[in-house]
Amino acid sequence: MSDYICNACGQHNKEGTTICSSCGKPLDHEQSTKLLNMRYDGTAIRSKTRNRSIVDKVWNFFSSIKVGVTLIAIALIASAIGTIYPQEMYIPATVEPLEHYRDQYGISGQIYYQLGFHELYSSWWYMLIIGMIGISIFIVSLDRGIPLYKALKYQKVKRHQKFLTRQKLFREYENVSNQDKKTFVQNLKKRRYRIREDNGHILAEKGRFSRWGPYVNHTGLIIFLIGTLLRFLPFMHVDDMLWVREGETAVIPHTNQEYYLENNNFTVEFYGESEEDAKYEESLENVNQPIPKHFQTDAVIYRDTSMVTGADPELKKVKKGKIVLNEPMSINGLTLYQNSYQLNEFQSMSFNLHKKDDQSEESIGSFTVDLTEPKKRYTFDNGFEILLDEYFPEYEIVDGEPESVSNYPRNPGFVFLVYPPDSEEPEVSFLSIGRNIDPTNENQYKLSLADFEVRNVTGLSVKKDYTLPIVGLGAIIFMIGVVQGMYWHHRRIWIHPDDNRLLVAAHTNKNWFGLRKEFEKSIDHTNFSMIVDQEEEKEDNQ
Amino acid sequence: MIDVATLSNTLLYSAFIIYLIGTVFFAATIKDKQKRENVGFVHKLAIFTTVIGLLAHVGYFVTRWIASGNAPVGNLFEFVTFFGMMLVFAFLILFSIYRIYLLGLFTLPIALLLIAYASMFQTEISPLLPSLQSHWLYIHVTTVGLGQAILAISFIAGLIYLIREIDQTIPTKKTKWLEVIMYTIFATVGFVVITSGFEAANYNATFTYEENGEELSLDYHLPAIFGPQDAELVTENRMDAWLDTPTWIQGAEAPRKLNTLVWSLIIGFALYVLVRLIVRKRIAAVIQPLLKKANSELIDEVCYRAVAIGFPVFTLGGLIFASIWAQQAWDRYWGWDPKEVWALITFFFYAIFLHLRLSRGWHGEKSAWLAVIGFGIIMFNLIVVNLVLAGLHSYA
Repeated sequence: MSDYICNACGQHNKEGTTICSSCGKPLDHEQSTKLLNMRYDGTAIRSKTRNRSIVDKVWNFFSSIKVGVTLIAIALIASAIGTIYPQEMYIPATVEPLEHYRDQYGISGQIYYQLGFHELYSSWWYMLIIGMIGISIFIVSLDRGIPLYKALKYQKVKRHQKFLTRQKLFREYENVSNQDKKTFVQNLKKRRYRIREDNGHILAEKGRFSRWGPYVNHTGLIIFLIGTLLRFLPFMHVDDMLWVREGETAVIPHTNQEYYLENNNFTVEFYGESEEDAKYEESLENVNQPIPKHFQTDAVIYRDTSMVTGADPELKKVKKGKIVLNEPMSINGLTLYQNSYQLNEFQSMSFNLHKKDDQSEESIGSFTVDLTEPKKRYTFDNGFEILLDEYFPEYEIVDGEPESVSNYPRNPGFVFLVYPPDSEEPEVSFLSIGRNIDPTNENQYKLSLADFEVRNVTGLSVKKDYTLPIVGLGAIIFMIGVVQGMYWHHRRIWIHPDDNRLLVAAHTNKNWFGLRKEFEKSIDHTNFSMIVDQEEEKEDNQ
Repeated sequence: MIDVATLSNTLLYSAFIIYLIGTVFFAATIKDKQKRENVGFVHKLAIFTTVIGLLAHVGYFVTRWIASGNAPVGNLFEFVTFFGMMLVFAFLILFSIYRIYLLGLFTLPIALLLIAYASMFQTEISPLLPSLQSHWLYIHVTTVGLGQAILAISFIAGLIYLIREIDQTIPTKKTKWLEVIMYTIFATVGFVVITSGFEAANYNATFTYEENGEELSLDYHLPAIFGPQDAELVTENRMDAWLDTPTWIQGAEAPRKLNTLVWSLIIGFALYVLVRLIVRKRIAAVIQPLLKKANSELIDEVCYRAVAIGFPVFTLGGLIFASIWAQQAWDRYWGWDPKEVWALITFFFYAIFLHLRLSRGWHGEKSAWLAVIGFGIIMFNLIVVNLVLAGLHSYA
């Protein structure tokens, strides 16, 4: 312990101190002339002094800059690996991921998949690395920040001679007057240095707050990381889709059936359709498919005011407006984004019934099927009756059987039963776009598609994210900390009178060039000469 | 009435020529016999020319904006020319602090190369996709461009430091890597030379091939070394492909991109070998004596200072503004798109740079090597991610 008692002023310093916290005398070898390591102003750092318990060991591990940098480097390499092939979320959802990676990228794709790199960023080990970086940031900030804060807060104006002589920037002056000193200090004051004086000793300091920059930005990062962690709690965010056809009104999910959205109109524009796109002519010639210019949902929001669950909703209009990509709409804390669309979905189809051998297809009866809520039975005054036996909204032949692959009328298929007035036995007809099948080949009547109507469907994503304010706050604090630490510098100049000499030393945590320039300007109109860079001098002598 | 779009192109061309003249003046500052402290006439002329060049460059940017109605940062040509503009601007910022003329001698040729490189891509005014139609387009992209440009100055300072400091009397690993950096510059020149050469000759060879049962065709504007898999040449009197593109190279028009890359590397290598044969020395060894007067400690400080200034700007533009926009357009602030990931990698890398420098004392050569690697990452994100790792940002 005796090493940490200062032999100049008797101060009892904490174990691990390298510069006496009271008088500033270096606590290393008496004869040493090496430049002082001014990091954390020579105070004792917990991680450098204690290494006994398991807590100490964990603490020391995470507070090491080497470990922190290594962790960031690992995260960097891992992140890069994740971009070699697309992540799972960017591959088509219809194929089996393993097959996709194998077929598209061969054996290396298969290995990529088998190592789990297809969902690398949500893998446990990637999150562990990021988590460890977070812990490291937290511990290192406490480990270094607190002692540094104390050291700077309680620093004294008067420093031991050796503290000055062993600074990087130092010079001894003999021929400077009191007036020179005064002018020098005045100049420093003009340059916004805070001047403290103690018995002829002077400490001029500025930009100390920039020393807190790293700790502020680390705090921001920790808040940010906490925000991203909270996103794993299901109740912290809402992530849903809402499809609404033109002219229809649908309840907005996650509003307790309180809010409804009506899709008044959905429009898509493509480049090249209007005259103002003439400037893109050359560019458009080079691409084959149309480039979308704008898509927009004209939406009306209603609120159910019936107050009674189960009762018929009484809708009151609360909001009207457009939803465009980059211009989402907010309602009751939820945000609605223009996410996707489905163009020309069939709304209804009209059919004509006629005799099969009738070349002019003279109508015996015509009817319209509403494709969202198709009626089952269609009767006619002349006694004909048609039953819609089966309806496939998006029909495909799967294993020889017709089947619907979705509930959206994108490619409707129908099985109709036609009952002529004089017959109990129906005739079966199968219809879809471009197909008209008579399975028995004995039908006397034929149905044909007469007309259809289409409409657009808008796909809105419904989002709410309570973590956004936390993440945003973290990001703002981080930015403030980075700017604070990077764009300002902590500069100190000490003046130490000794008999008829003046010792002057200067220190900055970074940007020595700026400090030298400032020093040069501050000794204007005085007999002070330029301070000496002892590091440079040493190199020159070698 | 003058066509604004034509005026815009003329201004960019003028900027190119003025930068070229500026480079000559900067070269003359080295030969200037004046003392280090005194600033001669040629020094002033060099800076003046740079400022005029930058004004022409800004003029291009503004007129193109007027012509297209959108901030001209929407495709690779527009972004790279913008990046070149920001590079010159960033140089002027750091010059105003440190007054190092040598930086200009290295910055202007790189700006020239960037403009030339950009011009090899589609230069027409092209329409903006709905997701890009937002004020955030220019807030985000311009901040990123500025941040990357300031970080690029760190690379330039690092490169000057390495050329000056690395011992060229004996061949070492260091001299070899330094030559690799030199070679990449030659390869970029090679790309410009070969592309513009065959473009002037109107070279076109069309290949047809089959993919997933679909008949596709691909136009080559350079003779095909690597053709598409099992492709058939349909244009007459053109060289047929020597080799098939390996199947693991994926993505839109991948065979043509590979072909262009291989050509650039070959021409770059030829140029490099030619120059080496003429000067009979390593390229870096040829430049080294010119940098004798440079104060290497100051250059090292610039290398660090550029990162200190550029890192916050890049973070703000590349991560924070990017996230705000992504939240607005795609309803998630982060989506692990390759471009996003590489912005994060850039962030990680410069965070490491700063920690090593400030806390572990990595100064001088170590720090200079890091600055070079950092620029490599930025260029990778700009070029490889756009052209090879297709994603939401592949707009070129």
